[in-house]
Amino acid sequence: MTLPWPTLLPLIFAGLMGLAILIYVILDGFDLGIGILFAVAEDAEQDTMIAAIGPFWDANETWLVLAVGLLLVAFPLAHGLILSALYIPVFLLLVGLILRGVAFDFRAKVPAGRKQRWNRIFFLGSVIASLAQGYMLGVYVLGLDFGLAGMAFGALVALCLAAAYAAMGAAWVIYKTEGELQRKAVLWLRRALVLTALGMVAVSLATPLASPRIFDKWFVWPAMLYLSPLPILSAVLFLWLWRQTFHLPKADDRHALTPFLTLAAIFTLGFAGLAWSFYPFVVPDRLTIWQAASAPESLAIILAGTVVVLPIIIFYSFYAYRVFGGKATDLTYD
Amino acid sequence: MDPLMLSRIQFGANISFHILFPAITIALGWVLLFFKLRYNATGDSAWMRAYFTWVKVFALSFAMGVVSGVTMSFQFGTNWPGYMETVGNIAGPLLAYEVLTAFFLEAAFLGIMLFGFRRVSNRIHTLATVLVAGGTTLSAFWIIALNSWMQTPVGFEMRDGVAHATDWWAIVFNPSMPYRLVHMLLASGLTVSFLIGGLSALRYLYGDRSESMWKALRTGVFTAAILIPIQIFAGDQHGLNTLEHQPQKIAAMEANWNTGPNVPLILFALPDEAARENRFEVTIPDGASLILRHSASGVVPGLNDYAGNHPPVFPVFWAFRIMVGVGVLMLVVSWSAAFFLKRRHSLPKLLALVMVPMALSGWLATLAGWYTTEIGRQPWLVTGVLKTTDAVGPVAGSHVALTLAIYLILYALLLIAYLGVLVHLALKAAKDGDASPLPGVMNAALSQPAAK
Repeated sequence: MTLPWPTLLPLIFAGLMGLAILIYVILDGFDLGIGILFAVAEDAEQDTMIAAIGPFWDANETWLVLAVGLLLVAFPLAHGLILSALYIPVFLLLVGLILRGVAFDFRAKVPAGRKQRWNRIFFLGSVIASLAQGYMLGVYVLGLDFGLAGMAFGALVALCLAAAYAAMGAAWVIYKTEGELQRKAVLWLRRALVLTALGMVAVSLATPLASPRIFDKWFVWPAMLYLSPLPILSAVLFLWLWRQTFHLPKADDRHALTPFLTLAAIFTLGFAGLAWSFYPFVVPDRLTIWQAASAPESLAIILAGTVVVLPIIIFYSFYAYRVFGGKATDLTYD
Repeated sequence: MDPLMLSRIQFGANISFHILFPAITIALGWVLLFFKLRYNATGDSAWMRAYFTWVKVFALSFAMGVVSGVTMSFQFGTNWPGYMETVGNIAGPLLAYEVLTAFFLEAAFLGIMLFGFRRVSNRIHTLATVLVAGGTTLSAFWIIALNSWMQTPVGFEMRDGVAHATDWWAIVFNPSMPYRLVHMLLASGLTVSFLIGGLSALRYLYGDRSESMWKALRTGVFTAAILIPIQIFAGDQHGLNTLEHQPQKIAAMEANWNTGPNVPLILFALPDEAARENRFEVTIPDGASLILRHSASGVVPGLNDYAGNHPPVFPVFWAFRIMVGVGVLMLVVSWSAAFFLKRRHSLPKLLALVMVPMALSGWLATLAGWYTTEIGRQPWLVTGVLKTTDAVGPVAGSHVALTLAIYLILYALLLIAYLGVLVHLALKAAKDGDASPLPGVMNAALSQPAAK
């Protein structure tokens, strides 16, 4: 089977955009989560937690710029439609990201007395950004529904996504720290997992119920059979991770990275489910990826650059993570 | 107010706030590389101390630039959907390349550059500095290419009201692009050299005579003294390019109403667009003709040739004068300071006092310059292709007013905090002098522990 380029290109870009969003959610998820966990951490612990994300957060946030950038450049119609419909939540997301991004730097550079203020701003910004993302996801899942039901569902997803990010943050802290803080993070993880599971179930149930089209995509034979590994595997991973929280941290710090990787796998499965639900729409039930796409020649020229650059980005991201691997130590410039 | 005006103010506020930080990071990356290379060559730890002081400013500025840049990538969609719908096929790839090649290069290696000095080899750390500096400059390249294309669009054709690219080389290297790029890179260089000079002068005033202060001060002052004449020349060339491609902008910059020869250079005036004349003019006879056409009888375009299709005169005229005025001031201050540093090996207190507020002169000139060129493009968003009016989105005015108000408050507070931290860092450096510990440099055994 050969597909003509005008059919194939939007498909490739939808895939790339999905990949960028997924990587963003996993990577910025843990540093937003650490911001959320600031509320329950003590002063000295906060410094260690910041040290655990210090060298990474800039690059993590850049994945959001890439995802929105791809939406902007590959699907300009959808970009305008989605973002002007979500005007206020997008604004809140941006305010949150601004606050936490700068607080991160300010807290380390202001006179000691003002540090506490920027710690609070860091927490606040992280919470606002996470809630706004969750709310947008909720409203989007229901097809940009701004009725009471849509907003209530948005609020539920907002809480659950914030919990999911907190879980990611806790998992990252388990990986990057040791001793008392690590033990605390295991407890944080366990609590956050409950809400995260609730949120994933809510989204999974609401999506097919909100849209008959999506219902038909999931609940027909034999698609049901092929798709069944998604929910089953997610549930198994959840339960396994839940049990793990009673055994961590282990001697010699074995499996310190396992909770993070497990959560990343769960996110990936959930994301795959969402992608299947929405395909081929980029704005649910309104605009398909082909209707929203830019001209093929423009997509082609972006793709040329992307296939060269993306592997390099992924390669040196790994390099940066390796350089700052191991337990977090004090962040110093000199 | 209507959503159009509010959206314009919001985008203007956003992009004005944003440009302050790239204006610093673009050139500061190269200055840091210079410090690093001097340290590599001489082994003098004062260079590294200067590096560590200024890398903090870089980190903070970078963070401010990232967060305000993220905001802008969303605002295209939230406030200006008509922009991407019409010219998305051209703006899209340029923005995509900016994110792909440049932004990632900066963001990924920034961690190593900031926190990696003791974790990677000195060579890799220098390489990270090169890549971050190169990344910021590459960012500027793509953004300037897009902005210049909006000013002087070529290499495309319109099909069903949507622009389609026909020649990418022509699009990227459009007529105004090389001039604007050089002008902006030099502007960044000047912004940074005056910032470094100004904050070092502040340290000087507080009695700091440390070697790292002298090194930073000299770097700032001499760089400024070298760049400013080049910038004046580049700015002149950019103006001639604008005369060729956007004569109505030049007419507004000069507040010249009637096309004709022997046009005077207006030093001061209050342009009155309703009456289509200038009040309280102070002029130099034939000045504008001489500057723009290199002859007293040279013909300079007038606004009346472009009635209804030229930018608002007052802001363009005054923004341009502020930029030029600051440029002249930069020339005077940097050359005086360079003279004293070179000949007397000292800095008079009065000059140091002047240099402190001049730390922000680059920001003022950069903003004034961008206001000149961006307001000067109105009423077009993309010259001859898309009017600003036609690009604005359907969002309610009350929504925009609300978000605009919060953005303005937020930006004002952040700016105050940012400047506060700069002063704090300078005074802290002044207090520490050359005495602060440099474990990564001094203690070779500590310097390169392997990452586990």
